[in-house]
Amino acid sequence: MINKKVENVQEALKGVKSGMTLMLGGFGLCGIPENAISELVRLNVKEVTCISNNAGVDDFGLGLLLQGKQIKKMISSYVGENDEFERQMLSGELEVELTPQGTLAEKCRAAQAGFPAFYTPAGYGTEVAEGKETREFDGKMYVLEPAFKADFAFVKAWKGDAAGNLIFKGTSRNFNPNMCGAATVTVAEVEELVEVGELDPNNVHIPGIFVQRIFQGKNYEKRIEQRTVRQKQ
Amino acid sequence: MALDKNGIAKRIAQEVQDGFYVNLGIGIPTLVANYVRDDIEVEFQSENGVLGMGPFPFEGEEDADIINAGKQTITTMPGASFFDSATSFSMIRGKHVDLTILGAMEVAENGDIANWKIPGKMVKGMGGAMDLVASAENIIVAMMHTNKHGESKILKKCSLPLTGVGCVTKVVTNLAVLEVKDNAFYLLERAPGVSVEEIQNATEGNLIVNRQIPEMDI
Repeated sequence: MINKKVENVQEALKGVKSGMTLMLGGFGLCGIPENAISELVRLNVKEVTCISNNAGVDDFGLGLLLQGKQIKKMISSYVGENDEFERQMLSGELEVELTPQGTLAEKCRAAQAGFPAFYTPAGYGTEVAEGKETREFDGKMYVLEPAFKADFAFVKAWKGDAAGNLIFKGTSRNFNPNMCGAATVTVAEVEELVEVGELDPNNVHIPGIFVQRIFQGKNYEKRIEQRTVRQKQ
Repeated sequence: MALDKNGIAKRIAQEVQDGFYVNLGIGIPTLVANYVRDDIEVEFQSENGVLGMGPFPFEGEEDADIINAGKQTITTMPGASFFDSATSFSMIRGKHVDLTILGAMEVAENGDIANWKIPGKMVKGMGGAMDLVASAENIIVAMMHTNKHGESKILKKCSLPLTGVGCVTKVVTNLAVLEVKDNAFYLLERAPGVSVEEIQNATEGNLIVNRQIPEMDI
């Protein structure tokens, strides 16, 4: 067993510097690496580029990095829930690259899988395809999209072990597995770090080879963005 | 009388067939799930990573780790599955989803759709809409026929930045059911009490009325 376990979030984020490109898992506030985000705030690294489907809300998730003006550029598919984001975007302080959600996921997966680029039909004929190479296959047009290049990927899993094996829960899985191994260093934080051998190899979602550092996360808030319920009859 | 949002959803629900995997967009499309016949088997896909989506949870049973693409807490049905985002869009891009229902700001007679950006306003992003419209073969658009100033949103050419080109096959509005083919909108049905003339007046694109137009059966 190759040991990936580190003692805490400080150790896990060693080497993170201003100006780096960071991937962060999560969809909305679901499955975001809460501990890594807190540590990025504490480290106060600046001018970072963040690849993340969303940008959090004003006072949680990546919104915390926006508050400290730490983000130079966001690469996301949807950024609608954040007033500070809107302010920085409209004032030109923040650069934003909007990418179709499936393309965003595939650009992560391509980086993980060693593909430099891929063709997708998404965005053909729209401003997303402007300046990009297009090509016809079987009578349909496709856009060439390059894989992402990132320095760190921060992912959140439900369970993991010191070997770096990960299991996700519910829809908090989202972009997290696609970002594992898609950056130079992948840091996984888990709700439950179990003993090696406890995870059934049949049920591992992400094999440890894609993860460089893993640590037991703390104090998960797991905030719900839209609490919707129905009444019992 | 023109339909309300629930009326549009109710009419679209009639398009959902037994054995369909269906992706519902945010807004009117979400309401469609409420009106699907209960004697057929349908699975709802949400692009954040769930197939077999169920209703909202009972109060106190919400799980922060189980949400839909609108970030709402949901439940799952027996036989449901969770998956990562790349797999989710493999289902969509790979044409494994049978029906996509989404909202729009504008549609054009050539099947173009615009639903993600209004120049000069804060742009929130396209989310999964561009992937959905570029891949699905069966796309139904749920929308109002005109904007709040009474101007047609069923156009010759979209004026807003496009989400996808030549992809819309059917449009259900508060006034009509339209099929999009051969660079025209073919009028199939009208909302109860709405005349063909009213629909013609509210449609800027090429509208073809080539038969007796029945009222929607809702």
